[in-house]
Amino acid sequence: MTWMDQVDTCSCVLLRLGERRFALAAGQVAELAAPSRIFRFAHNTSAIDGVILRRGRVVPVCDIAETLIGKKLTQRRFYLIATRRQPEGLDWVALPVSGECELIRADLTPASPSDSPHVSAWLSHQGEVIEVLNLYALTPGADSRNSQISHAPKPEARA
Amino acid sequence: MRLAVPHKVAPARAEQIILFRASNQVFAISSASVQEVRSVDSLAGAAVDINEPGLAKVRHVIRRTERNLYVVNAALHFGLRPTPAGLIFLLRKSPIALLVDGIEKMTTMTRLQALPRAFCHEERAWYRGLTVLDQNVVPVVNPAGFLNLEELSLLEAIAAHQTLPEANDLTRPELTL
Repeated sequence: MTWMDQVDTCSCVLLRLGERRFALAAGQVAELAAPSRIFRFAHNTSAIDGVILRRGRVVPVCDIAETLIGKKLTQRRFYLIATRRQPEGLDWVALPVSGECELIRADLTPASPSDSPHVSAWLSHQGEVIEVLNLYALTPGADSRNSQISHAPKPEARA
Repeated sequence: MRLAVPHKVAPARAEQIILFRASNQVFAISSASVQEVRSVDSLAGAAVDINEPGLAKVRHVIRRTERNLYVVNAALHFGLRPTPAGLIFLLRKSPIALLVDGIEKMTTMTRLQALPRAFCHEERAWYRGLTVLDQNVVPVVNPAGFLNLEELSLLEAIAAHQTLPEANDLTRPELTL
């Protein structure tokens, strides 16, 4: 049984790609960064645009809009810096988003087997049904074994 | 009140690197892995054509000190548009000579960051990692990533059927490291 099956309320960050809104578990979001210079160098991972520098760290930029809304973002207003739990530790990835993000708490409905791999759950917010994204299915180089545990909230303290 | 004894900050370990251009992009290579830098002209007479359709990045081989040196076009290796090359790096303890556009400068790096895991294709073999120089991100190439064992075996087999003149009486290199 995954965490999603057990808990039905979760903090999520709403993000906007074009006209559509998506959500990401808040535990996977490090920060929202202003647009900054993108550095490009030769590579063969087509999902990666380049890298940005954030607090001395090199963060790959992954445009998920093409997968989710069928076209790349023409205007990038912010980078949502997300983290992925990997065997070596946390891995950062910058997701270009076209609008301001919003932190909400919402009831989640687990994704069903018929949903796309990039959907980890669904939430309802202001009359809109929104996909909660599975970052591990959307971004390259992720260790998919972590996709189920990645949303689990960390305890504030352990006895 | 006693003041805390200030910690001695260990100096960051620096590595000397050469920034070079290939197809108008800047790459870095550890200067320790480059033995000589030569102009393309100085090797023009010594290079023998090699033609393997599946390995377009290698077009020439040089026989030197009883070893074959395979000339890898850096631009083609990185999947970039080829540009006129001006220099050849003869790599140290390696059968590879690297064709590059030119040297940008020599400098030092104090930090090499691992290539983020999101990069998950050939680039993982191409680069040792990334470094930040003057607020620019520069990939640091992996000298062992230009030809894999399979490619080297293929080239050795082709070269074995060719007569390669020894190229020991070359003019002085541009730079010996």
